[in-house]
Amino acid sequence: MRLEPIANPSALRLFGLPTAALALTVVIASLLALLAGADPLATLGLILKGAAGSKFAILETLNRATPLIFTGLAVAVAFRARLWNIGAEAQLYAGAVVTVILGTGALGALPSILTILIIALAAMLAGALVLLGPVLLKTRAGVDEVVTTLLFNFIMLLFISYLLEGPMKDPTGMGWPKSASLDKAARLPRIVEGLRLHWGFALALIAAGLVWVLQTRTTLGFEIRAVGQNIEAARFAGMPVDRVLVKTALLSGGLAALAGFSEVAGLKGNLTLDLSPGFGYTGIIVAMLALLNPLGVVVTAIFVAGVFVGADSMSRAAGVPTYIADILLATSLLTMVLALRLTRARLRRR
Amino acid sequence: MELFDILLSASFWAAAVRIASPLIFATMGELICERAGVLNLGIEGIMVIGAFAGWMTVYLGGGLWMGVAVAMFAGMLFGLLHATLTVPFGLSQHVVGLGVTLLATSVTYFAYRLSLPEVTSPPRIAPFQPLEIPFLSDIPILGEALFSQTPLTYLAFATVALVSLVLYRTPLGLALRAAGENPTSVEAQGLSVMALRMGAVIVGSGLMAVGGAFLTMSAFSSFFFEMVNGRGWICIALVVFGAWKPGKALLGALLFAAFDALQIRLQQTPLGAHVPYQVFLMVPYVLSILALVLMSRRAEVPAALMIPFNKGER
Repeated sequence: MRLEPIANPSALRLFGLPTAALALTVVIASLLALLAGADPLATLGLILKGAAGSKFAILETLNRATPLIFTGLAVAVAFRARLWNIGAEAQLYAGAVVTVILGTGALGALPSILTILIIALAAMLAGALVLLGPVLLKTRAGVDEVVTTLLFNFIMLLFISYLLEGPMKDPTGMGWPKSASLDKAARLPRIVEGLRLHWGFALALIAAGLVWVLQTRTTLGFEIRAVGQNIEAARFAGMPVDRVLVKTALLSGGLAALAGFSEVAGLKGNLTLDLSPGFGYTGIIVAMLALLNPLGVVVTAIFVAGVFVGADSMSRAAGVPTYIADILLATSLLTMVLALRLTRARLRRR
Repeated sequence: MELFDILLSASFWAAAVRIASPLIFATMGELICERAGVLNLGIEGIMVIGAFAGWMTVYLGGGLWMGVAVAMFAGMLFGLLHATLTVPFGLSQHVVGLGVTLLATSVTYFAYRLSLPEVTSPPRIAPFQPLEIPFLSDIPILGEALFSQTPLTYLAFATVALVSLVLYRTPLGLALRAAGENPTSVEAQGLSVMALRMGAVIVGSGLMAVGGAFLTMSAFSSFFFEMVNGRGWICIALVVFGAWKPGKALLGALLFAAFDALQIRLQQTPLGAHVPYQVFLMVPYVLSILALVLMSRRAEVPAALMIPFNKGER
């Protein structure tokens, strides 16, 4: 058997296959619901209703999408250069820690907008530095970044655990490992008073737009793509490949850190060990489903967030375990990459 | 001086061998995949489902060896999924691997919640008991460390010998290594790179799952969330550390496990009172990164690792 490229895929192929992938995911979800003793259609309906059935549900989904847009962008930027940053989780927490340190009085009495701006930039810097280590190991010593960034996630979580039980522990927290709460001046306000959606979401949209401009309209964006497409050719063409990789990493780490910043400053107000239920890893799915397109990331992040929020609310009502959401997303990732491959190539027996 | 007391105690070395056992299985599994040219990032999730499948089988009344077989079968199924997507279809091994890890993990958690909806503490099973080898287990220190372990540990060492034998002493092993070094030459011999690579990923994934099953069936006797805790990723580092050679990877796993056993014991010494426990828990992950840094310059990476092979393309 061999893979044979298709020069001019038909419209049926181009649109039919991704649709089939999505349909397969829905079929699998229905089977899982049946397995759990629930009515498949009712289960899917409950997920949909929980994700978008009311104003509250929609706001909840957008709130959940906010960190996913940031981590999705972080992954999209890095993967575009074939820099396998699987460490968005660690970078997210780095951003969150800096947000708490600077947001609990360290900056003194500045105007709120200035406080928030300084904190956001410092958080980005922290996230960028966390990814700088693995990327320098890659460019200087040839160490594969997949494993180093993955292992960094575990080290970072232990470090946060230490901070929350030691130097950053909230003295009024009744022994619970959490940090002190952010000052009012450091909190991201709501976009519209009365609606439970904070400025982090708007910031995420702005970030997506900026990344899109960077990728399509700047030299760095061009270089990132060139390095990702063929690193040897880029080197041969005289591109500073290592420097491009480092810049990509700084951007990627900074974006992931903004997820931590926005969760702490916009939603939670303090840092706990369960700040992120795997936003860093889910960002990979978000970015892949968006085909690494920054504007697509916004759409897929909202979709993925909807699946999670919907599954949570469905689980409470129908008793199907909420892990159905993770299965759905993993399946949609695998079926979608396969479908996209099959729009451009077919398997021939020969 | 407490360090010497620890290093001279038989129980310390026995613990090191015990900690190494699941890593040995999974490292051998990953090594087989990578020697054939496929990076298998599904390892973490496959260990999770192996841990669950083996334990669940015994919990439902199956025998211990039946549990190992079921775990291995579950791992092979996910290996088949990984292999199908990465080998004939040539999809990104990074993306597919992470997808398989996520899928295997979430399927496991879903199945766990479905089968045990109301439990707060997971039920325990009667795990593998230590099997003392006559005479050999009487040797001081070495006897307790190596010859008073559970059957699964002996199986782990046997696996290394078997993998080594097959890789270096059989035509199959030669073809497998060639598939990871120079796949065109394999096709020139009239062999199928696709079959070799798919076979390697399926068998390798089975071994990873047995590594996971060791955790629930020999080490902890019950299943809980996040019990694999990055061991899969550590095994990927161990393959690099072992320069893709079974013997060296075994040494790496033992060395690594010795450090892990040491940090657990050091937590109980006066040092542990001064240093936060999280620092000790970081040791395995930091060591893995260090191992990667030390070895990656020298290691001979299989030349065709992560490069999809398509017949007739050069």
